Amino acid sequence: MKLHEYQAKELLARYGAPTPRSGGVASTPEEVEAAVEALGGRGVLKAQVHTGGRGKAGGIKVAESPAQARELAQSMLGMLLKTHQSPQGERVLKLLVEEPIQIVQEYYIGIVPDRARQCNVIIASAMGGMDIETVAEEHPEAVVHVAVDPAVGLRDFHARMAVYGAGIPAEHAKAAAAFVKTLYAAYDACDANMAEINPLAVTSDGRLVAADAKMVIDDNALYRHADMEAWKEESEEDPIEAEAHRRGIQYVRLGGDIGVIGNGAGLVMSTLDEVARAGGKAANFLDIGGGARAETVRNSLEVVLLDPNVRGVLFNIFGGITRGDEVAKGILEATSAMDIRVPMVVRLAGTRAAEGRALLEGSPLTPAETMQEAAARVVELAYA
Amino acid sequence: MSILVNRSTRLLVQGITGREGSFHTGQMVAYGTQVVAGVVPGRGGQATADGVPIFDSVAQAVAATGANASVIFVPAPLAADAALEAQASGIEVVVAITEGIPARDMPAVIRQCRAGGTYLIGPNCPGLITPGACKIGIMPGDIFAEGPVGMVSRSGTLTYEIVDHLTRAGIGQSTCVGIGGDPMIGTTFADLLPLYEADPQTEVVVLVGEIGGSDEETAAAMVGQFSKPVVAFIGGRTAPPGKRMGHAGAIISCKTGTAQAKVAAFEAAGVPVAATPQEIPGLVAEALRRA
Repeated sequence: MKLHEYQAKELLARYGAPTPRSGGVASTPEEVEAAVEALGGRGVLKAQVHTGGRGKAGGIKVAESPAQARELAQSMLGMLLKTHQSPQGERVLKLLVEEPIQIVQEYYIGIVPDRARQCNVIIASAMGGMDIETVAEEHPEAVVHVAVDPAVGLRDFHARMAVYGAGIPAEHAKAAAAFVKTLYAAYDACDANMAEINPLAVTSDGRLVAADAKMVIDDNALYRHADMEAWKEESEEDPIEAEAHRRGIQYVRLGGDIGVIGNGAGLVMSTLDEVARAGGKAANFLDIGGGARAETVRNSLEVVLLDPNVRGVLFNIFGGITRGDEVAKGILEATSAMDIRVPMVVRLAGTRAAEGRALLEGSPLTPAETMQEAAARVVELAYA
Repeated sequence: MSILVNRSTRLLVQGITGREGSFHTGQMVAYGTQVVAGVVPGRGGQATADGVPIFDSVAQAVAATGANASVIFVPAPLAADAALEAQASGIEVVVAITEGIPARDMPAVIRQCRAGGTYLIGPNCPGLITPGACKIGIMPGDIFAEGPVGMVSRSGTLTYEIVDHLTRAGIGQSTCVGIGGDPMIGTTFADLLPLYEADPQTEVVVLVGEIGGSDEETAAAMVGQFSKPVVAFIGGRTAPPGKRMGHAGAIISCKTGTAQAKVAAFEAAGVPVAATPQEIPGLVAEALRRA
């Protein structure tokens, strides 16, 4: 689950990291105006969307008065913010209101897991304020990595290695090291699989503050964090994905026009590849999981068809423990209850696939023998 | 011959009375796997419908039955503990089927198993099978056949798809291992290649990877050390970056973990990479002719 800036800052503040004074998060121009008023008349309005590069795209604006804040908020709230990281755009529903700070220097600190070594890695650089990937590519010498064994935990020397290794000047080293420790504590306690402060800003009065923060929480660990339950809905980036997740369906929207439904993540991913090989563009990833019943099949199909761009649907089911005839029944039940106007191709293989195919005979569904054939067929029918 | 599991493997099931555990125990028994014990704390002294005795702890089960492999069906919040218990009780092969274990719980389990010489398979995996001898996990047994192909895969249903193509083409398998779809897993491609190299039955290894992480690249860098040919497949060639594609481990982040990089690594190592699962039997047949 991706957190918004205001949520990540709230967590970091809980662990003791200094952040700019906040007027809170607001979703109406009136609330924004009141927040700026409360901050003393001036404020920065920051769009809460899951993408970097907001400033250049017009997602961060300074209001010199409460009235101006209200005006700015009117144009910012509801806008589709398009950045280089998110060219399709993200809808702005909330603004974080903060006191303006004068930044004289920007650093970077982040923590990610190293999956091959089963440890955590602190990444630090004295070149903050830009994508760390870009810095690592263009100035690899300016980025330092420090591995932390989770059994040992973060020790003072790790933080010093990161800060001095990054070339952060001595006058800011102590404060920066404290940030590393705070960030690690929050990362660990919150089951994050990514946490970064970028920029870690030096203000004109010599303080270090977390001017922007990002955190991603491990979805598998959310059951241990009841306090984050309320943030789930806000973490959604797409309305169809949000609806799918509400129904317990594993769905990722991909932007094409061939709907894909299959069982098992690896098989579905390979099905998307086959659709591309056949000249199509997949609209989505959807894994119905093992032992799918009619209800799951219907829910899945409904979710896929919520996307107005879908011109054809491909079912690719390899029956293992999932039985082909059960899936066929589910598909028939679902399609007979719905008004479906796009072609649908079904490929059933594995356990009781022949029985499943027999059930589908005489239905408007097009059968296919292999995944390759199914992909070619759905593309042909959809673009006919 | 085979790797990791065979006819003499004595399996215990952790979480044998749960819905998944009890169903798949029946399936494994029907396949011919020696299921010697189940473990459910608090239910020691009882037995399952299949007649498998239940114990309160893995240590008790091992002492009473000589179990040397374990399969874990317990819910995610309890699964890391179950794996550590199996390792501490002397189990040699621990297979964690459970999906959804928090990533933070895994480093200690993986390191403990490695330090103790225990093979941890998974988590979030379909298990492993030596066709005709021993099935540990949830895969449909009837699509597998005995033969010369060692297979190792991050995905369940994709494994079935490929095995089905192989078996229909008359090519059987030595041992197929589903290593799991999570970012941190106990046993990687690189851990299994030496086992296949040492197994007289295995003549060709099929390696099925997907986007995310760098385990495929690590394996590609190793294949030159081995005499047996490898054929690879990578799922997710068209997946966008930053999106979790079902498996927690299948995510392209910071430009690492792309299918393109993995394909390039294999090709640089002289490993043929199938463009589609259907091509795999042909590539394997060719490798068998050369082997």
